[in-house]
Amino acid sequence: MHNGGKIILGLVIFLILITFPVWYNVANDRAGYVPELEKAARGDNCVRDSSYMTGFHMDLLNEWRDQVVRQNDRWEVGNDGVRYERSLSNTCLNCHENKDKFCDKCHDYMGVVPYCWDCHIVPKEIQQ
Amino acid sequence: MSVDRRKFLKLAGVTALGLAGGAPAKVLAQDSVTPDTLKEVTEATATPKAPLVARRWAMVIDLRKCREAGDCNDCQKACHLAHNVPDFGNPKDEIKWIWKESFEHAFHEQEHEFLEDKTKHGPAVVLCNHCDNPPCVRVCPTQATWKREEDGIVMMDWHRCIGCRYCVLACPYGSRSFNWRNPREFIKELQPDFPTRTRGVVEKCTFCDERLARGQMPACVEACKAGALTFGDLEDPNSEVRKLLHEHFTIRRKPGLGTQPEVYYIV
Repeated sequence: MHNGGKIILGLVIFLILITFPVWYNVANDRAGYVPELEKAARGDNCVRDSSYMTGFHMDLLNEWRDQVVRQNDRWEVGNDGVRYERSLSNTCLNCHENKDKFCDKCHDYMGVVPYCWDCHIVPKEIQQ
Repeated sequence: MSVDRRKFLKLAGVTALGLAGGAPAKVLAQDSVTPDTLKEVTEATATPKAPLVARRWAMVIDLRKCREAGDCNDCQKACHLAHNVPDFGNPKDEIKWIWKESFEHAFHEQEHEFLEDKTKHGPAVVLCNHCDNPPCVRVCPTQATWKREEDGIVMMDWHRCIGCRYCVLACPYGSRSFNWRNPREFIKELQPDFPTRTRGVVEKCTFCDERLARGQMPACVEACKAGALTFGDLEDPNSEVRKLLHEHFTIRRKPGLGTQPEVYYIV
């Protein structure tokens, strides 16, 4: 190969540079970092189990939005027979009071910017 | 190393089994349920009151009572507070759900040179008429506004509104306002149980659909001390609105347009 040594050296340097964030986190012992979310202020249960909520809360919220706004179907009964109001501000944030330490912590880590809060209000934020 | 067909199929089968077996195991892993704590959680938000339902919501506004009340603006104050309606402080950007108009403006078809003074210059409370044949709904390209079939309320879905303002032009009553600026910072007192809007979204009265769902009368009706606003089911012959319509002569705004407004006025 013409200039093979240089090309391979270049490729190695390129690979090291592009995977630098990975090595950097491994070196700083942050490879297994998972944002730790604040526990709900009250209650041990959620409208769904936590593994579902972690992965699919956005789907549930979209479903709730359509049910409330378009079908006027505002309540749902959990498996336990308890009625929940389908409401981000009034139900979710009633237990998960602190948006900064719950919603934002994971959203920041994942680099997602949901626009829920452009309209919906965090009750605790206006009390201050 | 070569992979023959037999080996490949074996591997593929094992992989598929592994994937299929792992996924449901995760989904099935439920959290422990303790109903006691759950009840405690929901008591704060749960409302025992049954929602108010009707086949056709309508409003009767008694302008005589409204006139007597003078400068009162309680209906607007209550409504705009409950729904986080911003106040931009200038008429160009104004957002309004319910407001007082002069009679001659609200009912220009009824106005004439010699109309009695107290009527002519008296107030007319106006709001979205929740038309039976709403022109705003016809023009909305995203179905962000639609007529609810079960009770006739002309609803707004602010999630869907793209701010094209066709509805603002189509509405012959000026009941729709557009957020030219971000409204959040112009709301004096934020109510956490109702959302605000964003810039580029149209808003209007929704006959307090969120309050009806909680078993409450619309905020304006509740706030009116003069009892000028009556809200009820038009399809129910015993409802208060039907009684008022039966006993009094009533008019509607711009009836000639065929929109069939559902807000009636006693003059």
